[in-house]
Amino acid sequence: MKMLLEGSHAVAEAVRLCHPQVIAAYPITPQTHIIEHLAQMVANGELSSEFISAESEYAAASVVLGAVATGTRAFTASASQGLLLMTEVLFNIAGLRLPVVMVCANRAVGAPINIFCDHQDSMALRDAGWIQLYVSSNQEAVDSIIQAYRIAEACELPVMICMDGFFLTHAFEPVDIPEQTAVDTFLPPYQFSRMLDPKKPMTLGGGSEPDNYLEYRAALHNDMEKTLDRIQRVGSDFSQQFGRGYGGLVEGYRLEDAEIVFVGLGSLIGAVQDLIDQLREQGQLVGALRLRCFRPFPAAALVRSLSSAKRIIVMEKAFSAGAGGIVATELRAALYQAGLSIPVDNFIGGLGGRDITPSILEQIFHTSVSSDAAIDCRFINKDDMSHAEGNATTPGEGD
Amino acid sequence: MDTRDQFRTNVLTSGHRACAGCGEAMAARMVTDLIGPDAIYINATGCLQVFTTHNQQSAWQAPWMHSVFANSAAVASGVEAALRARGRSTPVVVQAGDGGTFDIGLQCLSGMIERGHDVLFVCYDNEAYMNTGVQRSSSTPHAVRTTTSPPGRLSEGKHHLKKDVISIIAAHHMPYAATATVAYFPDLKAKVEKAMSLKGPRFLQVLSPCPLGWDHDAALTVQISRLAVETGLFPLIEMEYGDVTGVMRLARQRPIEDYLHLQGRFKHLFGHQNDNGNVEIRHLQALADARIQRYGLLDAETEWTTASAAQTERHGRGGYSISAVKQEVSS
Ligand SMILES: Cc1ncc(C[n+]2csc(CCOP(=O)(O)OP(=O)(O)O)c2C)c(N)n1
Ligand SMILES: [Mg+2]
Repeated sequence: MKMLLEGSHAVAEAVRLCHPQVIAAYPITPQTHIIEHLAQMVANGELSSEFISAESEYAAASVVLGAVATGTRAFTASASQGLLLMTEVLFNIAGLRLPVVMVCANRAVGAPINIFCDHQDSMALRDAGWIQLYVSSNQEAVDSIIQAYRIAEACELPVMICMDGFFLTHAFEPVDIPEQTAVDTFLPPYQFSRMLDPKKPMTLGGGSEPDNYLEYRAALHNDMEKTLDRIQRVGSDFSQQFGRGYGGLVEGYRLEDAEIVFVGLGSLIGAVQDLIDQLREQGQLVGALRLRCFRPFPAAALVRSLSSAKRIIVMEKAFSAGAGGIVATELRAALYQAGLSIPVDNFIGGLGGRDITPSILEQIFHTSVSSDAAIDCRFINKDDMSHAEGNATTPGEGD
Repeated sequence: MDTRDQFRTNVLTSGHRACAGCGEAMAARMVTDLIGPDAIYINATGCLQVFTTHNQQSAWQAPWMHSVFANSAAVASGVEAALRARGRSTPVVVQAGDGGTFDIGLQCLSGMIERGHDVLFVCYDNEAYMNTGVQRSSSTPHAVRTTTSPPGRLSEGKHHLKKDVISIIAAHHMPYAATATVAYFPDLKAKVEKAMSLKGPRFLQVLSPCPLGWDHDAALTVQISRLAVETGLFPLIEMEYGDVTGVMRLARQRPIEDYLHLQGRFKHLFGHQNDNGNVEIRHLQALADARIQRYGLLDAETEWTTASAAQTERHGRGGYSISAVKQEVSS
């Protein structure tokens, strides 16, 4: 049913449709509305779950860890400082191969403390062994949560749905909430294979030594890579049943004959697509590619979509301090590995909720095409883009 | 299908890698055998986890999971919530060291109790971080030598008092919190059984000497834990909803030196010209005296009658026959 919903509310509806028996969370902006809605659903008897108000995100992650190991579907959500507080447990969940599903309402990481959107939080967790899907709309958030349980349970690996804080979590958009029966068909009940059960006693999380630790960790990497196929397949199964799709791993926009391609993730892609349309009208051969799946890194899919590009512009909302853009670095490596030497310009912007306005995007495009050498890593700061500042606003003001 | 070994029903089986005389192994064996294999065990990082699940091996014959050091109470909360959601009533038990209880795990433990999870949390208190090589914890008593509270020209060992964790736990006003030790099996048994007969969050602190960390003869584990009780340093008590509801009274108080002398971790306090050490020993004696007073361990009721001896037997003193108790009282 199509409804006008706040993003967080839509997420809660999607979670409800997946019947998690245990929900554990700790509040942090901009994730709070998600868990408030879930708490209300439980209180109203619309969702039959144990709702655990944990005393920290660290505990919330641990509660869902225990719940999934005991054979239930579980859900948690966090952001920013909370996500980082979970770090130790999130690595542990992946190492234990537990199909946990969570939402990260992407938010900047302090210091300085800032509640607004960028991708630094989930990007910092990129090595944890979690599948990470970055969504571009609230409809995609809803659909991806339903897909996430199927992916997680098929692969016995955890999935993090990353959605832009405020830009998505607090935005009202018309969203189609699927019928329960349709979701039940898509997502059948699940039985965890290594459940804690006195009838079949198993030891989970025991010690390992140098003679086998590496094999466990290598298996995690290999199994992560294998999920690429599954993510793709679950995506196409979903579109077959529900008539909506997001490309599985990557989503192209007017890529056919594109020579200059914008690459990015999250909700920014809407503004990028508008710019593409505008530049196409001016006769420019431009396109866009959205990275939906960032972990595992879909190198082959990226190379396939980008092999005929002449220049690539990566716009990202996070960086590795002292190294530069994360997506750009990984993309360059993938292209190099495929024997392609396409210049990749890297722009870092939108940090801490700063708007990336259409005029800033246009400015990036012109900066990129007028530069001979590839731009290694450029922060879109106020001075750089001063002449494009026209309609930039202070984050958070007016909404 | 039931895949359990029908012949070996003990939960913690032999062949694990604990040191000789390990109080924690002894305590865990007693506690888990009393609870049995029809339970789910969550273990914090620490010696018990390391010596029972070494490198792809496991000494556990019950469902057992280790996640990380600090989160065992939260993992157990999730396990219990999942069981509730699935309509199961399998008991959930946490096992953690004093580090995983008093220090790094305290927040998760407090959260678990506050939310009322139906979990028994057992702390094997060996008064230091033993797994990492005997560093001080907030459970390490005053003046003890550990690798991070070393005695030196300017120091007589640990500067700070042992945290009164049972009072912190009991202040959550939960159904049951008790202390026990491996020297008094009937007492430990009664407490485990009582804990298992109750619903909600329950807590057991089991003093578990560590021959390596306490630097004592591996054959003296039981004797030393008994002395910890008899000196008054480690009162055996029960608390229900925040109030003390049971104490194991002492026939007489043993001087603190009887306990300290047997352990290398106190050795630096003794010596001919060691005035500072003497001050610390007097301080430890005063702490023991205060605990005896606080819990009334030597009150008039210590007039032993057959009935009170039987009562004591209920509370422990397992190694003593009633006549031995009487003899001790009269001496
Ligand atoms: C977050 C974290 N910090 C530190 C450690 C290292 N570490 C492992 S066990 C341990 C001490 C355990 O002490 P305790 O809980 O008292 O258990 P014991 O080994 O004494 O039985 C420490 C410090 C760890 N594993 N994780
Ligand atoms: Mg210890």
